[in-house]
Amino acid sequence: MMSRTALDLWVGIFVAIGFAALAFLAFKVANFSALNASETYRIEAPFDNIGGLKVRAPVKSAGVLIGRVQAIRFDSDSYRALVQMEIDKRFEFPADSSASILTSGLLGEQYIGLDAGADVEPLKDGDRVLLTQSAVVLEKLIGQFLFDKAAAPAAQ
Amino acid sequence: MNGLIAGIVGGLRHIGELTINGIWRLGFITRFLFAVLLASGQSLRRIHLTIRELFFSGVLSLLIITVSGLFVGLVLGLQGYDILQRYGSADAVGVMVALSLLRELGPVIAGLLFASRAGSAITAEIGLMKTTEQLKAMDMMAVDPLARVVAPRFWAGVLAMPLLAALFSAMGIFGGWLITVVVIGVDDGAFWSQMQATVEFEYDVLNGVIKSFVFGVVVSLIAVFEGYDCKPTAEGVSRAITRTVVTSALVILALDFVLTSFMFRG
Repeated sequence: MMSRTALDLWVGIFVAIGFAALAFLAFKVANFSALNASETYRIEAPFDNIGGLKVRAPVKSAGVLIGRVQAIRFDSDSYRALVQMEIDKRFEFPADSSASILTSGLLGEQYIGLDAGADVEPLKDGDRVLLTQSAVVLEKLIGQFLFDKAAAPAAQ
Repeated sequence: MNGLIAGIVGGLRHIGELTINGIWRLGFITRFLFAVLLASGQSLRRIHLTIRELFFSGVLSLLIITVSGLFVGLVLGLQGYDILQRYGSADAVGVMVALSLLRELGPVIAGLLFASRAGSAITAEIGLMKTTEQLKAMDMMAVDPLARVVAPRFWAGVLAMPLLAALFSAMGIFGGWLITVVVIGVDDGAFWSQMQATVEFEYDVLNGVIKSFVFGVVVSLIAVFEGYDCKPTAEGVSRAITRTVVTSALVILALDFVLTSFMFRG
C-alpha cells in the first residue's frame, strides 16, 4: 500500500491537471476574458427585416467585436423587428449612429455592424438607433434584378 | 382456447412483473442515494478516505483519458479538415473540433471510459467486500459501511468525473491542433482565433462541465449501488460488474440526449 504522502501528492497532481485543463478550455479555447468582465449598456434598433440574425450574434464596429445581440422581438405596432443589443461600456457611440445587418463572408453568420454618426450626444442605456439597414434577402435581390431586367427593354 | 387465454394472461403477468421490478429498483436506488448522502458527513470529515478513492478512480484513469482524448482529437481533426477543405473553410476546423468535444464527445466518452475503468472497479471492490462479509463485519463493529465504504467512493467519482472530462476535451483540442496545424498546415492564428470567437465560456464550456458532473453522479451511484446490491457469490459479483458498465453506458447516452435538448437548442 502506498504511503499517505505519496497518495496525497498523486491526488494533488490529478486535481491540478484537471483544473489546468479547465483553465485551458476557459482562456485559450473560449476567450473567457472578452466582454465578460466589463460592464455593458443596452440599446435597441428596429429593423424591417432581420434575415437570419440570431440571439447572441456579434455586434461589430469597424470589424471589432463591441457587443452581442441580447434579444430579438417583434413589435406588433410598427410590424418591425426590435433587436436589443448589449454594448461594452468602454465604447461610446454618437446618438445618430446607424446599425446594419451584415454577413461575414459569403455563407457566414449574420452580425450587426454599428457605424458611428456625428452627433455630440452619446448613445445611452435604453436608447434607440433610428438609422437602420435591413438584412439583404437573396430572394428579394433576385426578384428586384429580374424586375429591372424586364423593365429595361420596355423603357428603350 | 383456454390455453391461449392462459398464455396471454401469463405474458401480461410477465410484463407486469418486469415493470414492478423496474420501478422497485428505481425507488430502491433513489433511497440508496439519499442514504449515501445522509451518511456522507463522515467521508467529508475524514477527508483522507475520499482522497484515497480519488487516487483509484481519478489518478489511475488519467492515462486512458489522456490517450483516448488525444486520439479522438486527432481523428476529429483529420475528418473535419477533409470535409471542411472541400468548402474552402479549413480554418473552421478548430471550431468544429472544440465544439464537438466540449458539448458532446468530451463528457460522453470520458463518462463511458470512467464507467468501464473506475465504475467497474468500484462495483467489484464493494461486491467482493459484501461476498466475503466484510460489510457485515463492519456493521457488527458499529462502523456504518455506507459511511466508511460507499460514500467516499461515491464522492470521489463525483469529483473526478468533471476534471477527467475537462482533461479529455483539452487533450482532444490539442490533438486536433497537432494534426491540422502541425501536420497538415492550417494557419495557427486562424485555428485559435476562430475557436475563441465562436466558443463561449458560459454556453459551451460550462454546459459541458454540468453534463460531466451529472454523468459523474449517475455513474458513481450506479457503480456503488450495483456493488452493494449484488448477490454475494462469485457469479453475482461478475453480473453486477457487467450491469454497472451496461447500465452506465445506456444511462449516459440517454441522459446526454435529454441534456443536449435542454442546453443547446439555439
